[in-house]
Amino acid sequence: MSFFGSIQFFLLMILLFIPAAVLGLRGKSLRGYRTAASVLMIGLVMWPNKEQLLYLIAFYVLEFVLVKAYLKLRLAQADHRSAAIYRIFLFISILPLILCKISEVSGGFALGLFQFLGISYLTFRVAQMIIEIYDGIIKEVRWLDFTDFLLLFTTFSSGPIDRSRRYIKDGETRYTRDAYLELLGDGLLKILIGVIYKFILATLVHKGVAFFEDPQSFLEFAGYSYCYGIYMFFDFAGYSAMAIGASYILGIKVPENFNKPFISIDMKDFWNRWHMTLSFWFRDFIFSRFMMLAIKGKWFASRLTGASVGFIINMFVMGAWHGLAVNYILYGLYHGVLLALTEIYQKKSGFYKKNKKKTWYKTISWFVTLNMVMFGFLLFSGELI
Amino acid sequence: MEEKVLDLLEEICEDDVVREDLDINLFEEDLMDSLAFTELLVGIEENFGIVISPSEVERSDVETPNKIIALIKARS
Repeated sequence: MSFFGSIQFFLLMILLFIPAAVLGLRGKSLRGYRTAASVLMIGLVMWPNKEQLLYLIAFYVLEFVLVKAYLKLRLAQADHRSAAIYRIFLFISILPLILCKISEVSGGFALGLFQFLGISYLTFRVAQMIIEIYDGIIKEVRWLDFTDFLLLFTTFSSGPIDRSRRYIKDGETRYTRDAYLELLGDGLLKILIGVIYKFILATLVHKGVAFFEDPQSFLEFAGYSYCYGIYMFFDFAGYSAMAIGASYILGIKVPENFNKPFISIDMKDFWNRWHMTLSFWFRDFIFSRFMMLAIKGKWFASRLTGASVGFIINMFVMGAWHGLAVNYILYGLYHGVLLALTEIYQKKSGFYKKNKKKTWYKTISWFVTLNMVMFGFLLFSGELI
Repeated sequence: MEEKVLDLLEEICEDDVVREDLDINLFEEDLMDSLAFTELLVGIEENFGIVISPSEVERSDVETPNKIIALIKARS
């Protein structure tokens, strides 16, 4: 059984929806039931692989202790927060992911360390909590909320990446009958769209990917990039729609992950439309924070230089997060450099400022963007390098 | 205070339209992006001593000059 990948999973999920719908329609809180359902589902999916399950349990305990301990320390610090302590806690919280990513490529000394399904996505959720505890926005963490948020089974393996404060608000909500009915209807529709995307359209487009496998000529490379990019979209947007829809039925309005990415008219537009919960996470927790430190510390002579460095660091980390392989790192750097160039061009070019709202300009810009995006997927696929 | 906020916004957005239309949507009109947003947060901290972290407010909470003024008023 795998998440959104096998018939047993779907059957069990539908079974788990029934009590959720009964509770929802009767205006009851879904939190306790949802958490229990998540533990059951994750337990069943991971049961055949005991080692992974043990790593998950170790991860869960470690992160809960870290969050609780750091919260206690931070509350005691009040207005005199210590950046050093914060950084230590943040580092330990992402250490399992770092070890996992290293052991993925190294083998040898750390074979399989913390390698379990979902660790990449779970780490975002915990790191976000540590960061916001430091910011003083999170002042309380309850065990049930933490478990519910971290382990929601619908978004466990591959997101979307929700935020704890938003999630916990949804988690506590007792919906009126009408409000829950609407959520249920929307949820079922999203699951249906997701099924069509992932199991029909992505499967069809994958035939094109297979057709252009091992490309040689320019045209074959172009064909491969387009098929691979479109396949990635239907596969991941389809998965996301199912995960979002299923979460709705469990009472959580998980944020959207895709918004027509292929109509983007520049690279910044693209990252506001593609894998949005990931890109917004990086924006809020890496790019913005780096920029604020850089501006306050006057690290760079011009704001444009600072922004360029910020974009490249941001996207490099994003690439490395996918995996410590050459193709992922290149993919990240490629997008970082493109974002930096876009920023410089848009700020400096009189031509851009004069023409940016004209239809012909937007059309050309869209076409150029689309091809840069597709080339990015070619890098990502590992077919080029 | 309002005047100071508008000065800050004019500097960051590089456009004095932010003074004329206090309900203009800064993100939709391309006057503000992720970079300008961080500059705004630093500017608010340096000018008013109010610390707002980047993940604390939604884009919709700070999309117009009026909303930004209201946010600063509520925090000071």
